[in-house]
Amino acid sequence: MTDSTITKKEIILKGIPASPGIAIGPVYLFVKDIPVVEQRSIDEKEIEIEKLRLQSAIDKSKKELHKITLFAQEKIGDAKAKILEAQMMVLEDEILLGAIRGRIEKEKKNAEFIVSDEIGKYAAIMLKAHDEYMHERAHDMEDLKHRIIRNMMHERLVSKLEGSIIIVAHTLTPADTMILSRNHVLGYATDLGGITSHAALFSRSLKIPAVVGLGDVSRSATSGDTIILDGYTGNVIINPVPEHIHEYEKKRARMLQFEEKLANLRNLPAETKDGHRIELSANIELTDELEYVVVQGSEGVGLYRTESLLLDRDDFPTEEEQYNEYKKIVERVYPNRVIMRTFDIGGDKVAPEMAEEANPFLGWRGIRVGLDRPELLLNQLRAMLRASTKKNLCIMFPMVTNVEEVKKAKAYIRTAKADLRARGIKFNERIPVGVMIEVPAAALMVDKISKEADFLSIGSNDLTQYMLAVDRGNPLVAKLYNEFDPSILITLKHVIDGGHKYGKWVGICGEMAGYPLATPLLVGLGMDELSVVPAILPQIKKIVRSLNYSEMQTLASNALECETSKDVALLVRKFFKKHLPDIPIEIE
Amino acid sequence: MIEREVTILNRSGLHTRPAAVLVKTAAKFESDFFIYKDGMEINGKSIIGVMTLAAEQGAKLLLRFSGPDEEEAAKTVVELFNRGFDE
Repeated sequence: MTDSTITKKEIILKGIPASPGIAIGPVYLFVKDIPVVEQRSIDEKEIEIEKLRLQSAIDKSKKELHKITLFAQEKIGDAKAKILEAQMMVLEDEILLGAIRGRIEKEKKNAEFIVSDEIGKYAAIMLKAHDEYMHERAHDMEDLKHRIIRNMMHERLVSKLEGSIIIVAHTLTPADTMILSRNHVLGYATDLGGITSHAALFSRSLKIPAVVGLGDVSRSATSGDTIILDGYTGNVIINPVPEHIHEYEKKRARMLQFEEKLANLRNLPAETKDGHRIELSANIELTDELEYVVVQGSEGVGLYRTESLLLDRDDFPTEEEQYNEYKKIVERVYPNRVIMRTFDIGGDKVAPEMAEEANPFLGWRGIRVGLDRPELLLNQLRAMLRASTKKNLCIMFPMVTNVEEVKKAKAYIRTAKADLRARGIKFNERIPVGVMIEVPAAALMVDKISKEADFLSIGSNDLTQYMLAVDRGNPLVAKLYNEFDPSILITLKHVIDGGHKYGKWVGICGEMAGYPLATPLLVGLGMDELSVVPAILPQIKKIVRSLNYSEMQTLASNALECETSKDVALLVRKFFKKHLPDIPIEIE
Repeated sequence: MIEREVTILNRSGLHTRPAAVLVKTAAKFESDFFIYKDGMEINGKSIIGVMTLAAEQGAKLLLRFSGPDEEEAAKTVVELFNRGFDE
């Protein structure tokens, strides 16, 4: 029996779909080699040689880091490239380098050993701090230490690889992702990470399929294995049986063809066959995503998560910094609308010294933080107002529980306006102000809130968690999380009717808005706007344009009568089979 | 030798950027500059050292300057702390 007749066992894993597309190809298992450092005594004559080896490794490391930084700036922008800055500064730390040289002379040990020991000492102290920021810096220092030592040993991290590959890794740092992207990468699969991790953001901007949060893909696969990666569903298959390869090749062809057809829809409105028009907009986190949003045919930005400004920094951006960022977005999206949500952050971002909350979901979050820290809120409101002169910017408040909070938040908008008037700065006097409906109390009291708000946007993820009392991050109960639960549909209907009663438009910006299966229900319930992840936007538009509003209204009113989420799902599947036989989505 | 006690005023503490400003400022002087905190002694002209302090807002540090321009070094560095590193 030869090796080739031994078939490896097929392994199926489920992760988080981070970037759409299907990739089939050979695994390249990316493992960062940690060089083994030996301790070796040297004699007097070798001291100078060791010092020279140190210097040339430092110079080489500087050149490498400089290249990576340039590459990073070009691909992901200045702010993110700053992550690499700390490492560069340490390479220029003359006190540190002097100490290392001094120890080589005094202890008469090889340079690798002294570098490892000296930088390792600092990294160990940083790791002891009870602070995520310091832990990240400690990893930076370890990373730098390995780079210097590798360069001293004339080893190089493999970054030029042959052929097309699918990168499988435990986790990928920004620097890793940069370097690897110089190869022909078909896809990324990682053990760790969520949809906002660096690898995920990066692969989306390069349109490379990615699945993250797989748990142990890096231990299940070895280099050379065949792997299938489904960036639509999060399914990953290692050593697939021929039937699976065939099935996914077919799916890939089908999706490519479908997506090509979708491209023709780019400049068409999201309008039903019988002439009912809704607004289809995109959720964004980073300004880098804007080009993609425009290409996907979005009518605007339905949710800009300003928290992304706080990534990779431990202080709050100034009014000026925020204004510059906001201005870029409204100008790119003009004449379409941009809805900017004020910082939706947990208390830990504001006061890290604060004791950990036992129930952060029920804790100090969103507008609660804003109202308790008015200086933060005012700063942000002034920046948004200043960016509003083109009249396409709307402000939205997150995590609102009652109308009292809306009134207080609006009073701060008045204060911010007065500040700007005093400074002689122009802004949109009638800037629209919206409220996110994600707390059940706010959903129930929608009539009162509608009187105060210009529009409502439903945050379906949190609303569903709060309504069903399910933390979907808890594997014991996650299966109870279901947006098709009739209680959720009834709540959506209540919010839509409440908004319409006062002539206010109602949208949805949670994940549910981007589920193709939910589209006919949401439109049928009377939703005026759907704000979705850019990747899925063309599919949703296709569904809206393929149906009659009257059909969707009937579907929605039938769904409202259902007893269980299973009944709703059954109804929706039947509807798809009957009205949308050509849409290639998995209905099972 | 001059000793001064300072408190970290800026909200995010001695993170990477303020640490870099401090080190660059200290490097302009000939005098030695050491920082003491929780039993740690750190050379104030070393970026890796200053980062390791993990000094947060409100933390108290003892600064020690010694050398020919110690008066001016102490004055300039203490001012930098009092201005919260111009953050």
